[in-house]
Amino acid sequence: MSTDDHPGRGRLARLAALGGRLLAAGALRSALRRSPTPPPLPPQDAEDPRKREVPANRRAETAVAVLLALAAVFGFGFTAAYVLDGTNPQFLGIAIGGALALLSAACVTAGKLVVPQETAVEERGLLYEEQQTEATIDLIEQGGEGISRRALIGGAAGLAGAGMLTALATPLASLGPDLPGIHTTPWRRGVRLVDDEGNPYSASDIVIGSLFTALPEHGDTEALGAGLLVVKLPPEYLHLPAARRGWAPQGILAYSKICTHAACAISLYRYPTYQPTSNGPAFTCPCHYSTFLPGEGGRVVFGPAGRALPQLPLMVDDEGILRAAGPFHEDVGPSWFSVRRSQS
Amino acid sequence: MLATRAGAGVIWRVLDRRARRLARHSEERMGANSALKWMLRYVFPDHWSFLLGEIALYSFVVLVGTGVFLALYYVPSDAQVIYHGPYELLRGEQMSEAYSSVLNITFSVPAGLLMRQVHHWAADVFVASIVLHLCRVFFTGAYRKPRDLNYMVGLTMLMLAILEGFAGYSLVDDLLSGMGLAIAYAVALSIPFVGAQIGYLVWDGEFPGGSDFFARLEILHVFLIPAALALLIAMHLATIMRQHHTQFPGPGRRERNVVGTPMWPAYALRSIGLFLGVAAVLFLAGGLIQINPIWQWGPYHPYLSENGAQPDWYIGWLIGALRLMPNWEPTIAGHTIVPNPFWGGAAFPGVVFTVMYAWPAIERRVTGDHRRHDLLDRPRDRPVRTAIGAAFLSWVVIIFAVGSTDRLFFRLHISYQEQIHFWRAGVWVLPIVVFFATRHACRALQRSDAHPLREWQGQLVARSADGGFEVLAASPEGRATEPQAPPLGTAPGHESER
Repeated sequence: MSTDDHPGRGRLARLAALGGRLLAAGALRSALRRSPTPPPLPPQDAEDPRKREVPANRRAETAVAVLLALAAVFGFGFTAAYVLDGTNPQFLGIAIGGALALLSAACVTAGKLVVPQETAVEERGLLYEEQQTEATIDLIEQGGEGISRRALIGGAAGLAGAGMLTALATPLASLGPDLPGIHTTPWRRGVRLVDDEGNPYSASDIVIGSLFTALPEHGDTEALGAGLLVVKLPPEYLHLPAARRGWAPQGILAYSKICTHAACAISLYRYPTYQPTSNGPAFTCPCHYSTFLPGEGGRVVFGPAGRALPQLPLMVDDEGILRAAGPFHEDVGPSWFSVRRSQS
Repeated sequence: MLATRAGAGVIWRVLDRRARRLARHSEERMGANSALKWMLRYVFPDHWSFLLGEIALYSFVVLVGTGVFLALYYVPSDAQVIYHGPYELLRGEQMSEAYSSVLNITFSVPAGLLMRQVHHWAADVFVASIVLHLCRVFFTGAYRKPRDLNYMVGLTMLMLAILEGFAGYSLVDDLLSGMGLAIAYAVALSIPFVGAQIGYLVWDGEFPGGSDFFARLEILHVFLIPAALALLIAMHLATIMRQHHTQFPGPGRRERNVVGTPMWPAYALRSIGLFLGVAAVLFLAGGLIQINPIWQWGPYHPYLSENGAQPDWYIGWLIGALRLMPNWEPTIAGHTIVPNPFWGGAAFPGVVFTVMYAWPAIERRVTGDHRRHDLLDRPRDRPVRTAIGAAFLSWVVIIFAVGSTDRLFFRLHISYQEQIHFWRAGVWVLPIVVFFATRHACRALQRSDAHPLREWQGQLVARSADGGFEVLAASPEGRATEPQAPPLGTAPGHESER
């Protein structure tokens, strides 16, 4: 069907046809006119796949023009959406995405239905040329002509290289921390435990079955060793090592909140809902599900963590406020080469 | 009517003259027309799977464009500020300047949220298309000589793309990205002997890092890795053009030729269409489908975490490995030698990439095939390679899936601990099953030469009232057009070249 003798062809389509020709076909036609014919191929054993078709498809040309004109409408629509409400991503996305989709459709339609369709055959060059390779090898080898003590020089050069590499790598050590302790914590004897708004915790705030997060009063709360997990356990779950008997006044325990596996803050607390069948109280890290027992000095019972959760000794002052009874006795945070394993 | 025609004619002629002038211009100054002519006639073989790499390339273009926009507004600073922006629920919260600047991009900068979401979607599509492209290259044997070098360039780009994506979402400093950085810090620290030094170097001190940390991360994300990627993309494409594309065997297609569509005009138009299509999908997704709603996570502080947090998909395999690994930490005299995150976070990806880098050399050693290959294999024609690839892929995919076992626990109440115990064995058993199943499937497909994905099998029958059957249609039996013998150029001794 020829679009020219179609009486119902609208003005928009004509405009679109014009735009389409301007944008897409113009450059193509001029270049095609002078595109070289492919060089003749050597005779082939199989059938010749080469073919070239000129579609001369006026309907497809019209379709391309319409798509391009619509893309323009969406493009201007983006600017309109931006002016009306620039922070609404839905309208902006539909406008720019629609414009791109229509342009894409126009290009693909033009590429498949408007321009000449050609299957061409291109010969692949040989990459490997024996003569060139031999000549290059010769050139390289000529550079070493007349040298008699190759092994000696080569060995010395290797040694020099190793020495230089070691020298260059050594300053890396000055970037690092003084091993083995690398994570500083603000916890000292007497520091009060506060919540994230700075209110001190009294011992009576800590109820059995709930998990509390404590921070050091006047300390750097962004430090890795600042956050604490605080829980209260009834005596039947308390099985602390002998050396830690005094660390849990009234059964209140504090542990570093930072998982010893991969430094996430532990935030899951399991407390038995039905004692005869439930598992005992445990902390679980939400990142890789390392599970620690607060009643047994932070021992690992499941998951990838390799060492126990560091425990902070607590005391209750005369006003009933929770305070640290000393610093951490182990390294807090994730493990590193040469970190001390906890004794519990 | 006539006027518009005449007008169109004038513009047509102007464009025509322009093109002539341009061609002359470039020839006079650069003598570039023989190269240009060669480019215009460069032949692209047609197959849908060859477009995966192009999708990656075009996603990268979208990433650079949207990334420049975002970089103009991002502030790489951990200085603590109080939020006073338009998002009510975070007003008065203490947060880093970095997070506050991304909230500003999201809620105050016009088109900012669109750009941020398009950038995020584009990153996910970028890595996904690279991985699919890698699968295509592996299962069709496209990595064989002379393309083994370019295959390694591609692997390097995949590694950089994953690192780039991680660095990008870590810059935001919301709760989710802070947790990701904490894990990355733990993995860095876990490297034997030098881990603490590396951690301190990258983080400018102990976690959560000194005041320079976000500036360093930004330089890495907006300059160093993108520049490296751009350089590698240029190398990748230059090598492809030097060696020409591979092609599947077919009529008239030989090792020494390329059959397909020349660049100009049809292929150029289709490829530009693909670029615009990729951009359209990304912009529509960025505008309409929410991704990484950072305002919901809130600011990061080391003592906070979120339950059920999931990273971007391309980090999932590392999360899975970290979760699956038993808590094995070798010690000497009470001191840890290899902290646990090393196994899942460093050794596992190290093994995966080492195997992939070494594969072309391993295959050459085992098969003794040192010839140049320009025709692709159908996966079924190389049952052992395809089976090894499928088994290896399934190994990685299982570990990836283990990263979401906690979701299964929440949704289906299957014990998390039992799932982990199951997969600690399953991760070794299932790939073996996959190996034998794939090898069997390849051999069966080779024998029948059926195309289960391309056409239906069997017969269409109708039963009549008297109980009889009538065959209405049958699937084409055998395919005369497909080669029964190994395709040209893949049998030993045919068209060999070093």
